[in-house]
Parts: sequence; C-alpha cells; structure tokens
Amino acid sequence: MPQMNMIEAIRDALDVKMSQDSDVLVFGEDVGYFGGVFRATAGLQDTHGLHRCFDTPISEGGIVGIAIGMAANGLRPVAEIQFADYIYPAYDQIASEAARLRYRSNGDFTAPITIRTPVGGGIYGGTTHSQSPEALFTHIAGLKTVIPSNPYDAKGMLISAIEDNDPILFLEPKRLYNGPFYGDPHAPAKTWRGHELGEVPSGHYTVPIGEARKISDGADVTILAYGTMVWVAQKVAEDMGVEADILDLRSLLPLDIAAIEASVNKTGRCVILHEATRTSGFGAELAAQVQERCFYALEAPIQRVTGWDTPYPHAQEWAYFPGPKRVGNALRDVMEA
Amino acid sequence: MTKKSGSNSSRLYVPEPPFRPGDTPDYSYISVPAAHSPSRPDPLCDADETRAHATSLIRVLRFNGETQGDWVPDISAEVLRGALRDIALTRAMDERMFTMQRQGKMSFYMKSTGEEAVSIGHALALNDTDMIFPTYRQQGILINRGASMKEMMCQCLSNSGDPLDGKSIPVLYSFKKHGFFSISGNLGTQLIQGVGWAMASAYKNSDEIASVFTGEGATAEGDFHYALNFASTYRAPCIINVVNNQWAISSFQGIAAGEGETFAARGTGYGLATLRVDGNDVLAVYAATKWAAERARRGGGATLIEHFTYRKSGHSTSDDPTKYRPESEPEVWPFGDPLERLKNHLILIGEWDETRHAALLEACKSEVRDAYKAAEAMGNLSGETKVNDYTMFEQVYERPLPHLDEQKRMFAKERE
Repeated sequence: MPQMNMIEAIRDALDVKMSQDSDVLVFGEDVGYFGGVFRATAGLQDTHGLHRCFDTPISEGGIVGIAIGMAANGLRPVAEIQFADYIYPAYDQIASEAARLRYRSNGDFTAPITIRTPVGGGIYGGTTHSQSPEALFTHIAGLKTVIPSNPYDAKGMLISAIEDNDPILFLEPKRLYNGPFYGDPHAPAKTWRGHELGEVPSGHYTVPIGEARKISDGADVTILAYGTMVWVAQKVAEDMGVEADILDLRSLLPLDIAAIEASVNKTGRCVILHEATRTSGFGAELAAQVQERCFYALEAPIQRVTGWDTPYPHAQEWAYFPGPKRVGNALRDVMEA
Repeated sequence: MTKKSGSNSSRLYVPEPPFRPGDTPDYSYISVPAAHSPSRPDPLCDADETRAHATSLIRVLRFNGETQGDWVPDISAEVLRGALRDIALTRAMDERMFTMQRQGKMSFYMKSTGEEAVSIGHALALNDTDMIFPTYRQQGILINRGASMKEMMCQCLSNSGDPLDGKSIPVLYSFKKHGFFSISGNLGTQLIQGVGWAMASAYKNSDEIASVFTGEGATAEGDFHYALNFASTYRAPCIINVVNNQWAISSFQGIAAGEGETFAARGTGYGLATLRVDGNDVLAVYAATKWAAERARRGGGATLIEHFTYRKSGHSTSDDPTKYRPESEPEVWPFGDPLERLKNHLILIGEWDETRHAALLEACKSEVRDAYKAAEAMGNLSGETKVNDYTMFEQVYERPLPHLDEQKRMFAKERE
C-alpha cells in the first residue's frame, strides 16, 4: 500500500479524477506551473496540460465565479482558495450563487464545484492564515462542507466531492498536511509514515460524504471533533486513560447525526472540540442537536473546547489553540460531573 | 449643463443628476451624433482600434427612418418585421403584467419599456445556443427565442404552471432550453459566471459563446471587474453588455461610476474591445452584437458593449419614478423610442404601413391576453397559487439529505 501524506493524497485524488474525466479542471492562485503554495497541485499541469491546471488572477470572487459558470456548462471544476482566510471575497458567489443555483432554477442549472482551501492554525500564520470559518458555511443551505483529518479520508473524500453534483467546500487542516498533530508544538513533528491512515490506495476509491469516522471506542465519554482536533483528542484521552468514543465528524454538512446520537446515548457524556472561535461556532450546533436528541441520556453538561473569541494571534498562537490542557480540563470536568 | 444645486456645504463631492422632480428636463447638452460614426473595424482588429468606439456612439437608424454609415447590417425586411413584433410583444406583455401586479395577482414585476431593442437586436444577432447570462430586464431575449409566454407568466404568478415551483420571485426566470441562465437577484454575480461558461466553451473547443448582461448600476460591483479581468486574461469567447438605461432604481448613472467616462471605456484598461451603441436603435444593436459575436467566435476574445438607452418605467412595481426624476423625462429623452424608430424605418423602405402596425399591436395585445388568461387559470397570488408547499424542500441538494427529510416531517406535523 502506498504511503502518502495529506498533500500527496490530495494531489493523487486530483490526478485520478483528471485522468478519468476530461471535464475536471483545476485552478487557483499559483496552482499551475508552481503547483500551489502547499504543493497540492504540483506536477498536474505537466501531466494534464496548461488548459487543465492553471493559474488565476488573485481574485477569489472571480475564481469561484468562473467555477460556477464552467460547472453550468458541464465541467467539474476544482478551485483552490489559497487560504480559507482569503475566501470572503468569494462568499457571495458561494452563498448566494453556487449554493442557490439548483434551488432558484428548480434544477434547471446546477453548480457541481469543489472548492479546496486550507484551514486552521499551527503554522504561525497569524490572523490571516489560520482561520477556521466552517460555521460560516455550514449555515448555508445548498452547500456541503467537509473536513478530512488524514490522508486516506482526504483522497477518498476529495474524489467523492468532485463526483458529487452539489457544490462542496473541502476544508484541509493545514497543520495535518505533513503528519498527525497531537497538540504539543514542541514535541518532534510526526509524519504520516507508519500511520494506518497514511496508507492510501492508488487509483480510484471514495469515502462517502455524510459519514463520521470512529477513531476510538469507549464507554466513558463521547468526543466530537474534526480536523486538527481529532488527533489532539486521541492523545489527551490516551494520556488520561479515559475510555473515549471519539468521532471524527469529517462531514459537517451533511452531519452523521445517527452516529453522534448512538455514541452519546451510550456514554452519557459529550465534549465538543473545534479550533474555531467559540460563539456561534459549529460546536453550538452540535451541542444543540445533542441535547435535543440525547437529553435524558446525559449525565453531565455538554462541554465545548474551542479557540477563544479573538482573531487568531501570531505570537500567542499556542495560547489561542485549544490544546491538550484545555481539552484535558474539559474531559475531567465532564467525567467528574 | 447646469447642475441642480444641492445642500452640500463641505468639500465632499457627491454627484447629482441634472434634473430632479420639479425641474424641466433639458437634454440638449447630450449630442445625438448625426454622422453615425465611428467606422466599423475588422472584428479581429487589435482591441486598441476600438478605443474611440468606447466614447462615441454607433448608430444606424436616423430619426427619419433612414439608415446610414459603416454599421448598416445586411438584414432582411422579414427579419426586421419579426424584430418589430418581438419589441411590440415584449412591451404588451410588460404592460399586462404590470397591470396585473397592481391588481394583486403577483408580488412584483419589472418592465423593460424603452429598452426592448437592446434585448431583441442582441438576440437576433446570436445563435440560439449561445448562452445568455441576463439581468431581470432581458425578457425580450426570451420572447425572441420563442419561450412560452404562458410559462413566463406562470413563473411571475408563482402558480402550478411555474417551472420553478414558486421558488423564485417574479421575473427571475431560468430557461436552459432557450440558452437563458437562471437570473440572480444579487446583482452582477452572473457576469463572472458567464465568463466561466465561455471559458468552458473554449476549453471544449465549442463555437458557442456567452453573452452576459448588467445594468450600468451594477458595474460598480466587484463581479464586473472580475468579469472584465478574467475575460481579458483567458480571452474568453463572450460579450459583456452594459445596459446603460440611466437609472439604477433612483440613482443616476453618475453614482455608479462618476461622471468622467463612459461605461464602455471601462473595458479599455483591460485590453478588451469596446463598443458603445445607441440602444434604442435595434439595427445598431444588431450590428454591434454581430461584430462582437464574430470576434468571440473567431478567437478574438471578449467585447464590452455599452448599450446607451433609457428606462422609461420605474425600476419595478415597487418604486414610483416621479419621486426621483421629472415626470416628463422619458418623453424628452433625445434618443426616441425603439419601437417607433424601427417602425419608421420599415415604413420608409416600403415594408410596413400604419394599418399593418395597428393590426400588429392589436395582435400582440390579444396574444398576451390569451396567454395571461391561460396562465392565471393555473393560480395566482391573490387567490390560490396552487403550488405544493412541500416542493420547498426539493432541489436544495441533488438528493434529499437526512436533516431536510426530518424537517419535512416536522413541517408535515405542523400541517396536521
């Protein structure tokens, strides 16, 4: 089985789809000749041609706008937004256009586009290279939002996204590109080599959108996490000796509520993790749904562990990041309640 | 021209239209070119050769009905009579729908009165497979392409005959079968999408081109800039049309872009070909569109066309134009009426007469009346729309998602 990091897995997914389907085009800022600032598209222009993998002007609204028009004309564009922090100029095209086109035209026109963009902190990116804006997108009817946490899922879900007939925002936790991150920035960096989810089949396979992945089985507490926080959760639970049922949500909308409900009904305790700011974060949605469905099974208040309600600071990056200490405290609280 | 003096006592400049309610509008300062310049360059010329075209005005029809100049198109009298009919039919439909909105049959309507020649002349010069990315005032293109007027009316009535199942407000049509993209209520967004559509067409080595529309007001949106920039970068086979009808609801064109330059000239800095055309002259619109379409189809890239016209009615049924501009302004606007100008031309060349014209107007009226009757029988907003409420859960995604299914069940319970 080939070993890949998350960048290689994403590139491989693009390569597989571009080889299979001439309707798949890849474009964005610096994605062509150079292969993207994170190298996710490296070599694709060479392999598939200038007309299939190309650079765009620095114009996120324009990038998503042309993607919609191309999709309406039968193509399957995959657009890259260099950092999720840069996506806001494209918000109108995503929220009002891509997500609404099928509805407002009653199926006459559709926008099967995939928008890839790196999210999250951990690389000293400061306020403009670290954001996790997922909740701004899960609030939009007509859009799907997914966020894989490992190479295997990244490839399988990206192929699913490209083949899906709805617009999909594909969030890539950039801190996980080269290896799983367990929350300690001072620990030696791990790579995906040797990790079972770093084993990525070659060729075509899919990971369905809308299904959570069980990271560990446990009867003590349910941990709902996605992106970078999945691996922090795993490490903290292990270190504390807590038998945690950890769900990597992977797909935020559609959400695998059945898996969440089954887990919380089993454990009676729930901790929700995300890197994004707290207020109106996706954790609020998760907490609401858990209490609606599992209220009588709950033995403790639901806990949220999140970034603070501040912009993502630079020097204070690790003070902002919901690291092992914050996660551990919440786990302890919910276990002792 | 003399500007109405405002109440501004600071150095901040805020442009104002020359005339407001209570003024006597005098547009003699707008020169109506008699020489019918500029010349018609080769459609594959350097974009640079169209610089002057961005600041002059392409005209073919003189007010006396004669044609003149480089841009006189080769077009048969029969086709022109068809254009006359399309303009008259569009106008008759607009009249009827406006009246029916006033009677509460629909929530909203938007007329295109006074600027029908832009849509009709443009559509005539394109192939039906060329994709239009319209605004809400290009209904004439649908009429020209033979869309069912009843279906259009059902869309406005949001009734059981509405192909959109009541999901969109009136006038925001979607007619893929007529090469007419779904209209967005968010202005300007379609511009860059149309450029993307055209890029896809080029990628597929297809001859189809895109033609995208905006009013002059929405050229202030970033999407307009994106469209011009991407169209230039990738030489997208498309036409970018700015319908300058002078008014964006109550804001005159100087608010959208200042008063220094034409909208066509916006294209010059992007290296696009630029044409500025008398939008009340259906022959000139046709000729300019033909030129731009040929340029796009033969690999010459995009053209920005400013159609200089005038919005005779309010923006929509929701505004009263006499509240922000002189009541007589539509009458004194110096470029005449597109229907009258085409009629005069056809009469002058012996292909039309007053009797036939009166009969045409009558026939359009009765066609509209019949279509409306049939449409209203399928429901309307003042009675019963006859649209199934459960369809609101459909077409959000390709396939129903579990959370939406659940909400549909909740809604069913609410209805018990």
